[in-house]
Amino acid sequence: MNLLSSWRRRAAGFWRLFRRSRQGLVGLGILSVFILVALVGPELVGRVDRAGTFDQMLDPSGGHIFGTDRAGRDLFKVWVHGTRISIAVGIIASLITMVIGAAVGIVSGFIGGRVDTALTALSNFFYVLPTLVLAIVLATILGPSLLNVIMVIAITSWPGTALIIRSQTLSIKERMFVDRARAYGAGNVRLMTRHVLPNVFGLILANTTLTIAAAIFLETTLSFLGVGDKNTFSWGRVLEESFAAGALTLGKWAWFVPPGLGVVLVVLAFTLVGGAFDEILDPRLRAREAGRAEEPPEAVAGAVVGT
Amino acid sequence: MALLEIRDLVVHFRIRGGVVRAVEGISFDVETGEAVGLVGESGCGKTTTVLAINRLLPPNGRIVSGSIRLDGEELTALRRGAFRRKRWKEMSVIFQGAMNSLNPVLRVGDQVREPILLHEPGVTRREANRRVSELFELVGINPARKKQYPHEFSGGMRQRVMIAMALANRPRLVFGDEPTTALDVMVQAQILELLERLRREFGLAMVLITHDLSVVAETCERAVVMYAGQLVETGPMELLHDRPLHPYTLRLMRSVPDVEGPRDLGAGIPGQPPDLAAPPSGCRFHPRCDHAVAACLAAFPPGRSFGTGHRVACHAVSDEGRLRAPSELPLLSGAAVVLAAEESGAELAMLDHPDDPPGVEGAA
Amino acid sequence: MIELHGVRVHFPLRQGLFEAFRGRPRGAVRAVDGVDLRVGASEVVALVGESGCGKTTTGRALVRLAPITAGRVVLDGEDVTNLGGAALRAYRRRVQIIFQDPYESLNPKQTVHDIVAEPLEVHGLARGAEREERVGRALEDAGLRPAGAYRGRYPHELSGGQRQRVAIAAAMVLEPAFVVADEPVSMLDVSIRTGILKVMLDLRESRGVGYVFITHDLSLAWLIADRIAVMYLGTIVEEGPAAQLVASPAHPYTQALLSVMPSPDPKRRRRRTILAGETPDASRIPPGCRFHPRCPLAFERCRTEEPPFFEVGPGQRAACWLVESGRALPVVGTTAAAGTAAAPPAATAEP
Repeated sequence: MNLLSSWRRRAAGFWRLFRRSRQGLVGLGILSVFILVALVGPELVGRVDRAGTFDQMLDPSGGHIFGTDRAGRDLFKVWVHGTRISIAVGIIASLITMVIGAAVGIVSGFIGGRVDTALTALSNFFYVLPTLVLAIVLATILGPSLLNVIMVIAITSWPGTALIIRSQTLSIKERMFVDRARAYGAGNVRLMTRHVLPNVFGLILANTTLTIAAAIFLETTLSFLGVGDKNTFSWGRVLEESFAAGALTLGKWAWFVPPGLGVVLVVLAFTLVGGAFDEILDPRLRAREAGRAEEPPEAVAGAVVGT
Repeated sequence: MALLEIRDLVVHFRIRGGVVRAVEGISFDVETGEAVGLVGESGCGKTTTVLAINRLLPPNGRIVSGSIRLDGEELTALRRGAFRRKRWKEMSVIFQGAMNSLNPVLRVGDQVREPILLHEPGVTRREANRRVSELFELVGINPARKKQYPHEFSGGMRQRVMIAMALANRPRLVFGDEPTTALDVMVQAQILELLERLRREFGLAMVLITHDLSVVAETCERAVVMYAGQLVETGPMELLHDRPLHPYTLRLMRSVPDVEGPRDLGAGIPGQPPDLAAPPSGCRFHPRCDHAVAACLAAFPPGRSFGTGHRVACHAVSDEGRLRAPSELPLLSGAAVVLAAEESGAELAMLDHPDDPPGVEGAA
Repeated sequence: MIELHGVRVHFPLRQGLFEAFRGRPRGAVRAVDGVDLRVGASEVVALVGESGCGKTTTGRALVRLAPITAGRVVLDGEDVTNLGGAALRAYRRRVQIIFQDPYESLNPKQTVHDIVAEPLEVHGLARGAEREERVGRALEDAGLRPAGAYRGRYPHELSGGQRQRVAIAAAMVLEPAFVVADEPVSMLDVSIRTGILKVMLDLRESRGVGYVFITHDLSLAWLIADRIAVMYLGTIVEEGPAAQLVASPAHPYTQALLSVMPSPDPKRRRRRTILAGETPDASRIPPGCRFHPRCPLAFERCRTEEPPFFEVGPGQRAACWLVESGRALPVVGTTAAAGTAAAPPAATAEP
């Protein structure tokens, strides 16, 4: 079979299941809106410029639907640019997390022994590092930048993924098909990439979706605390500025509600989608799909899938 | 009047987008003190039948029609409470996986005692404990082990506990759902021995559900053979062994190795049991049958009796009670495909049965 | 020819800190405890025994999946016990295994084609169209015809019998000389077993494959094997030509096993010798003959001295003191009184 058609088939099957999950669809709907904004928004609204004194701290109006900030910047444009940054940081940080976490998890679970002991100890070390303290320390040493934020998030998130993937790997390693592959001569690298990885991939996917949500949240927190990059707008930085300017007491809701709501909605959406993935990957649910688990076991065993 | 009378029992399961027709109109009797084997392969509906009789079907399962009479009393008409008072007292079940059917955190003695306290309110705890000790002795476990937990028992010993539990209320009818399947031959022999002894001692009637014809031959006087929810043949075990009439029974008998029979592989049955959500029309065995004729597609044949309690439902059986040879029959072309597959030992699936009208057997 | 010479597989028991401190010697589960076996080309040798007798571990040791503690595995005169790397891979091309559970032994994420093609890929054999062809041939040899109808399917779309055929195709695609078949049909319905066994035996005819057929079912072993080796608690207790061993078993354990084997013919109710208790733990093997605590015929010598093999017929040998000078007395009808702890006294069935 060629790889493409097999993947297409798998994807089609996945979508068939996903479509059934209401929460997943809601999450996906919200996400599409934000991702569209992040992809094309900044180019559509154009650059964010400082403006004259008379444009500062304006209330929402036809010209500036969210009003302006202390530097006279249009808060809607700021929000659109912030959307891109926040989501990008979340996704990039999560991808790094996923790669490191999955690699460490699979290797440590599969190889076992001393390698496992060492890697698990390493994971545990990073797992218990206080995220905020690490972020503040790193930002102080390296200077605040987006890259640092991404690194901090990745460094503190990968152990969680690694531990989950490791435990799943441990159970897959015991399955007979691994022994069978070993018996025809497959080596460890092949076993890990061709047999373990495809079987933990769903879990990795679900986990990554959830990590993205956490990463966006963390980025917001870090920026809000002033550890983030001062030269770019992210939702967190907008929140921080609005807070510093006393937007809350001034009642300038249009300054902090949109980014706040953005964070809440995107995190919620990723969580919903991740939850749906998780559910689809639940073997019991999948069995129901594949072979009607609601039947008595006797009948299931006899069920034949025809052409 | 038989102790247990099943008439035209139909059981369905609701599933997403359809109905699984698990049991499709079966009838049989169990006499007092008799041992009857309910035989068939996976998906034949034997376990479902027993669950239905005992009202233990999962929530999506339902008795669609039919009658179940215990001592002449219609069980399907009983209200829930009245039925629950009967179950275990009059008839009980020895379940398949003894490990899953015992609660791991309760002492085995307490688990055996529970049905006694539940169904016989007049019995004191002391009296119940004494009866548990008796039961343990009866099934060959040292009563001192009452205080132990299931994990401290071996597989065979756990099965003995299950038997003690099934006998706790001195029922007259016991169902054994593959009671020895997971056990080694030696332990299986121990358990079958025990069941045989209990049956004789207490005049118990027993329905043994199993896929293993040899086990039935060792323990039961009569057998009921099921295929894909339909009852194909029933009769005394000796007749079923020496002169099976239904092609399925015949094949099944020939598939069982017998060290005192011919040393050849036998025929087997090409293909596999159907998907019961979209079963074949008529006789559900026809796509795998080398005796299949046109009538098999149209309708499931009525059961015909030949001699002492021997009843068979097959179009290929002649009126004088003989299974006609394929050469004497106007075979469907599918039957030839079955024969060819049998020769080579190849798989039959993936090919739709060439004689089926389109859409009747189409699978998911 | 593939041979096992005194193969032992011991798994060390986990030891608590306390025991270690007290200097107690570390125990071991002696899963396989000195097995000699020989399988020739196109020969079927059945390893028969109850669960825990070490038959599966013996099979796994043969394909080098279980660690061999002592003894040697020899393939065509070459000692392969300690092979590694490329040499081990080459060995694995020649000796394959089929597992019991067709639901567990196929990777659910691979298509049938990928499952059967992977062994070729691992060994860099046959590329492109040639590989396609070999995969197709393997599938059809395993009875999955036409192969095209199965290639793109995933294991969950197949029945148990079809899956086991896929596993057979994947084992056979490398054209091995020997195959260890570990209870290949025990999880399948009786009516579909025949087709699978037929396919396996056909491959022996056409390619000269030799099989080690592991099963708990003595009657199945009798049906398809040339020779049968009966195992008990890590060792072979009796070995011989299949029909001969079943017709005249010499070891009391084999005799008992045969006597309790249910027969499909209800007219034939034999006298059964039901042994008490269950197979003991392989970490506590009794001294002397390891069968003596359950043996209805055990006498003093059995408790202290382990019996060697004695020739009891042409090509048949049994490890029992009773056959030291020829045939044993049949145990049929006797009662096995000496049981393991807490077991009920064994009873003997009526004739």
